[in-house]
Amino acid sequence: MSTVQAAPKSSQPSNNLGYQTFSIGQFKFQRDEYFAHILYPGNRHIMKVDSFLRALMRDVGWGFFYGTVNFDNVFGTVNHYGTVEMFVGLFNEAYRKTNRHYVETFQSADLRKTFEAMLDDWTNQGFDPYAAPDETGTVFGVKHGSNTKALKRERMVAKRMVGLPGDLGYRTDENGYPVNRQFTDVPQDKPEIHAEPGFEGQVHAFNMLGYVSRSDVTWNPSVVSCVKDSQFCATTEEEALPITHGNDRVEWFIQATDEIIWDVDDGKTGRPRAKVTMKAGDVAAMPADIRHKGYSPKRSILIVWENNDDRLPQMYAKGELPPYPVEF
Amino acid sequence: MASYQTVFGSLENYEKGGVQVIDDDPKHYCFSNIFDVASKSKPYEKVAVGQNLKYVIETLRAEGTSPWFAAAHDEAALVMDGEIEVHFIQPDQPVVPEGKEGTIKLPSEPTGKKMGYVKAWRGHMALLPKGTAYQFRNHGKPGVLMVQTIKGDITVEKWSEICQTEA
Repeated sequence: MSTVQAAPKSSQPSNNLGYQTFSIGQFKFQRDEYFAHILYPGNRHIMKVDSFLRALMRDVGWGFFYGTVNFDNVFGTVNHYGTVEMFVGLFNEAYRKTNRHYVETFQSADLRKTFEAMLDDWTNQGFDPYAAPDETGTVFGVKHGSNTKALKRERMVAKRMVGLPGDLGYRTDENGYPVNRQFTDVPQDKPEIHAEPGFEGQVHAFNMLGYVSRSDVTWNPSVVSCVKDSQFCATTEEEALPITHGNDRVEWFIQATDEIIWDVDDGKTGRPRAKVTMKAGDVAAMPADIRHKGYSPKRSILIVWENNDDRLPQMYAKGELPPYPVEF
Repeated sequence: MASYQTVFGSLENYEKGGVQVIDDDPKHYCFSNIFDVASKSKPYEKVAVGQNLKYVIETLRAEGTSPWFAAAHDEAALVMDGEIEVHFIQPDQPVVPEGKEGTIKLPSEPTGKKMGYVKAWRGHMALLPKGTAYQFRNHGKPGVLMVQTIKGDITVEKWSEICQTEA
């Protein structure tokens, strides 16, 4: 294994398909019409470019997220909140056993800059990596145009609750958030608010499911309410989670509508541990030592419940906290 | 064009999924269903269905009128079934010690200014603001609330009763 500090390098000249090649540290990224090629000392990993870009979009959009973002069962990143490890085979049992894994550590800002540039250059016009596959065009072929606007969506984070004065605003038709095609039956009515004079803005409620039904992205949680470090991150899910998320803390899922099936594997080895089928009203914990990938046959609403305490990754990593949320 | 039907749950109509174990203990997933929990709960019993260190998600069966509650921090209530009013009072004197965590049950309606109320139904989320006294009222068929809060004196834990324990 190799672990080094490295800064990003300038993009190489375009290839004959019109795509730039990117490098940072000893990693080099190339794309052709169908595939992303990840080159590292002495070897190469390959992914379908649509899968790669969907995963890359989440990694960039989430700021490397909580814990590990496995693009597939070989390549990914680990967030250390300031630095990021980029790896090949680090959490793959066979790579580890044969000592074929490879890791480099980067400043988060440096890797983010490289990833953002690659995402922008490799995304063609008409392809939106945040959209469900049925809602977007193809990314294959020679370079044709771009879709920068779709890549620049800000992650939406409420400070207390959506709709409060000075907090995150509502999604409406007028501001570009129509109800999604698979949620036309989700009521858009509003709660009745009867505030006495002087208490307007303090007596507050909003249609949370209506708000989420207007999300224009999939598998991209946005914070709708907070109780100190407790965050309700509501999201719409359709088709498959483009990454396999490796937890660095316990998180919880509350299935608000429809159904998601989760494959749960061991975080370090990738060995299967469970399948969790969640239907409307189901609640389940994802332990701190697993990785998970979800499948949502119809667009569904999921509340991902996170504890945003930044001390937790270290505490779980050191074994100071059990990986399971409740002993009973 | 395809017609899509969104599936919600309710006290009267819900279907549970579950954990299919391959190489693990189902208890590690604390798998439950809020409608199932509420169907077996007393009115306004605050049953924890999720716990992340000090933070909890509680499920409440909303039936009739609740006691008055308060907390020293914000809480959020999401209506999962039924129609529920939340009435608010700004107490003349603090009813919760500063720094106290979790919901407390007040002995009676506190004296103070009536702030108003919200009427909410499935999918609506209401803020239960820090330091405010609040009461849930349900006038029709029982409903279900999910409350985002901190574990407190009246949080009810009965994990072995509500969670999947067998593979």
